[in-house]
Amino acid sequence: MQINDRVMDPQERIGFRLRSLYSDAGYCRYRMSKFEEYDLYSRNKDFLFSEGVITFTDTNGRLMALKPDVTLSIIKNGRDIPGALRRVYYHENVYRVASAEDGFREQTQVGVECMGDVDSSCVAEVLKLAAKSLELCSADYVLEISHLGILGTLTDAVASGERMREALLQCAGEKNLHGISRICQENGLAKGAEEPLKQLLNLYGPPRTVMPKIRKLAEENGAAEYADELGQAAAAFAGSDMENRIRIDFSASGDTKYYNGIVFKGFISGIPGSVLSGGQYDRLMRRMGRKDRAVGFAVFLNMLERLTEGGQADA
Amino acid sequence: MLNIALPKGRLGEKVYTMFEKAGFPCPALMENSRKLIFDNEEAGVRYFWVKPSDVAIYVERGAADIGVAGKDILLEYQPEVYELLDLDVGKCRMAVAAPEGFQDNLSRTLRVATKFSRIARDYYTTLGRDIDIIHLNGSIEIAPILGLSDVIVDIVETGTTLRENHLEVIETIVPISARLIANKSGFKFKTEQVERLLEEMRKEVEKA
Repeated sequence: MQINDRVMDPQERIGFRLRSLYSDAGYCRYRMSKFEEYDLYSRNKDFLFSEGVITFTDTNGRLMALKPDVTLSIIKNGRDIPGALRRVYYHENVYRVASAEDGFREQTQVGVECMGDVDSSCVAEVLKLAAKSLELCSADYVLEISHLGILGTLTDAVASGERMREALLQCAGEKNLHGISRICQENGLAKGAEEPLKQLLNLYGPPRTVMPKIRKLAEENGAAEYADELGQAAAAFAGSDMENRIRIDFSASGDTKYYNGIVFKGFISGIPGSVLSGGQYDRLMRRMGRKDRAVGFAVFLNMLERLTEGGQADA
Repeated sequence: MLNIALPKGRLGEKVYTMFEKAGFPCPALMENSRKLIFDNEEAGVRYFWVKPSDVAIYVERGAADIGVAGKDILLEYQPEVYELLDLDVGKCRMAVAAPEGFQDNLSRTLRVATKFSRIARDYYTTLGRDIDIIHLNGSIEIAPILGLSDVIVDIVETGTTLRENHLEVIETIVPISARLIANKSGFKFKTEQVERLLEEMRKEVEKA
């Protein structure tokens, strides 16, 4: 019997299409059929997309968590294999606090994780898969790419302490340049010391337009190596149909306790927030005792609820 | 077309004047009418008035591409939006105020009455001070007078209301002013329009 996909809602339809995409790309499915102990999430709570975890006591008395995340489980249950690469995808329901008013919600997430000997070609492969994932949802999409190494270097050049660093990075995520100036002024920095950071945040747009300027700024500020990595990532799209959908934007950031290097976010016209989020998370791997490097992303299918078959957001 | 959410009231009118001078007029907006939405296709803008505390919600949820919200609202609700420009109008400060001559007794939990629970909690967390937040929706100044709270955290503009009620500012938490905010996704797909508006508004701020 053939299944008529018109009986599926947009989330289900896109979910299955994404699974086909990842499977065809050589990724194996990861099934999260059991629950993890609450401790796994409490030790890495800032990595989770929302605060709050639903807990329950298992039959053996252990305090368990009702799937707030999938990546942590994949890391915990994997092992380092030198020289190898493990490619997995998942399609799971997760339980998160949508907002203080809404409380916990069940959300469906599809994602890709690549762990092991991750090099620039692997990062490029995952980035392309992210762009293809967005393309499957809608033709009108944008994938924005950033590099935490460059952002971190220019932030550290002015930050005098962890609290100031966090405040500056928050402003970076908000494209809040006046906020950056105010923080630097309040902390007694010389006028103009924050200019390289502000210039970096103003350099957003298609890679072909902004990369030369980013390279120059990065070279002047000791972040040339990171600019090369960003350039390589962006070059993966050169000459392809996807090229004009790629933007460099340093407001796309991630928690630097977990993420490093390339980070990215995906947007679809008419959907108010990011529908895809990912990046390199070697630091999270180290925190969890793993030596492997890692890169991955998640697509938030609940955000696509109002997407029509034609890829338009339906109000 | 850029959808712009303006805060109802004096601040909104002042900000609209800035938009008008910046080349994004829509005269119908200032006329007395029951209309809710005002277009100027030529200028590529559509304005609507909303409750000041709701502007950030309209922008975060994408019903508006651009909006004007006070920094107090942004700090309290922390919406996922871009904060593109300090408009330098609607200036005031978020402050801690207490009855004249108040001395904090560190051996007791400090009772704080406020409409801005998150701002108050974040502020006292940085000080390491244990507090009991009493969330009120208005007339905050009355709380310490009636013994409901020890101090208040609220917006102070001139300080006249405080003085008339024998209260005084004991600490400024953060300066407040109106900010131009943008929806993150809308920014990606209407970049040139938002940039053009931002540039013209920046010139207006510099002129003032």
